[in-house]
Amino acid sequence: MNRYLAIVPAHNEADAISATVDEIHRFAPSFDVLVVDDGSTDDTTPRAESAGATVVRLPFNLGIGGAVQTGYLYAQEHDYEVAVQIDGDGQHDPRYIHDLLHRLQADSDLNMVTGSRFLEPDGEGHRSSAPRRMGIRIFAGLVSLITGRRVTDPTSGLRMTSRIGIELFARDYPHDYPEVEAILMMHAHRLNSCEIPVVMRPRTSGVSAISSTQPVYYMVKVLLAVFIGLFRANPVVEQGDAPINAEHAI
Amino acid sequence: MATQRIIAIVISGGLLLLILELVRRKRLMERYALLWLFSTLLLLVLSLWSGLLNSLASALGVSYPPSALFAVAFGVVLVLLVHFSLAVSHLSDQNKVLAQRLGILQRQVQEQNENLAKLGHQVETQAEDSGADGRARDREQLTPTS
Repeated sequence: MNRYLAIVPAHNEADAISATVDEIHRFAPSFDVLVVDDGSTDDTTPRAESAGATVVRLPFNLGIGGAVQTGYLYAQEHDYEVAVQIDGDGQHDPRYIHDLLHRLQADSDLNMVTGSRFLEPDGEGHRSSAPRRMGIRIFAGLVSLITGRRVTDPTSGLRMTSRIGIELFARDYPHDYPEVEAILMMHAHRLNSCEIPVVMRPRTSGVSAISSTQPVYYMVKVLLAVFIGLFRANPVVEQGDAPINAEHAI
Repeated sequence: MATQRIIAIVISGGLLLLILELVRRKRLMERYALLWLFSTLLLLVLSLWSGLLNSLASALGVSYPPSALFAVAFGVVLVLLVHFSLAVSHLSDQNKVLAQRLGILQRQVQEQNENLAKLGHQVETQAEDSGADGRARDREQLTPTS
């Protein structure tokens, strides 16, 4: 067993999942692959298994937050030192796992590294639609303001965390649209994170978790969570602490 | 300022603060808080801004404006109740699926444990048999043949 885990949340990604798993095996052979099948109704689980991934199949759809937290719980229970999130839809290029790991291990104070599409101003690749970029820019400004550190892509789901981040997220992880809040959680626990530039690809299958009717809910929910989060105390996770609250699984 | 208005402001303002505090303590998920926040903000605006309430009352044909506020509050409560009925239905459905999966898993674990026990028993008896044979052979070798 390796010391590193790749968490691949997948909801109805039968067309892309085996390519994603293959690529992780090829470009990051030191990572075990855990596919969290978030209540798919297609062949996501058998295809991921035949590609050689360990699959945790959720009995119904929990949403991206619940699926990813399942991966962190698994990583915590199996004593992985590093976990990386890679979307199952082919948007995230597993070639960057190496860069993320390199950056994370270069600095022992660093607890999370995110792959950002916008770090280089004239970057290439898939950078989402114009209205979404607008929303991302608003969140980027807000998160940068709160953390006092430049954050360019707070909604990126391509991120790697060290052991203390695994423990934090296994204990408490936001429910819907968790990416922005997760960065602020790291900050609230005085853990350091940073970004490296990446190029993302257009999704090869499935539909985005954010459908056309949901951007308003996305914006309002995350803004509310960010605003309320400012008034929360800043607990520091220690090993062996009780869970932050029992209600986190509601 | 009419007494009803003060009461309305205090109640809707208090409710707003309560909802925010519950979200802050992570007792209430944002998903369910949004409708509450929207409702309490609506009620707060209506109780603070009496002009809006008056024109709403006349538009509804209600001669006594505070009654219009109660009508709006009633509408809000209805929407919230439908929302919660939906949420409860969703939860019972998920709960059923969880119970079914758990039951099937328990059965599988039990079957596998029984299989393991059987296997272990077979291995044990085989070992005992070979052990007994070995001892019998030893005895044969020890006892001088006449």
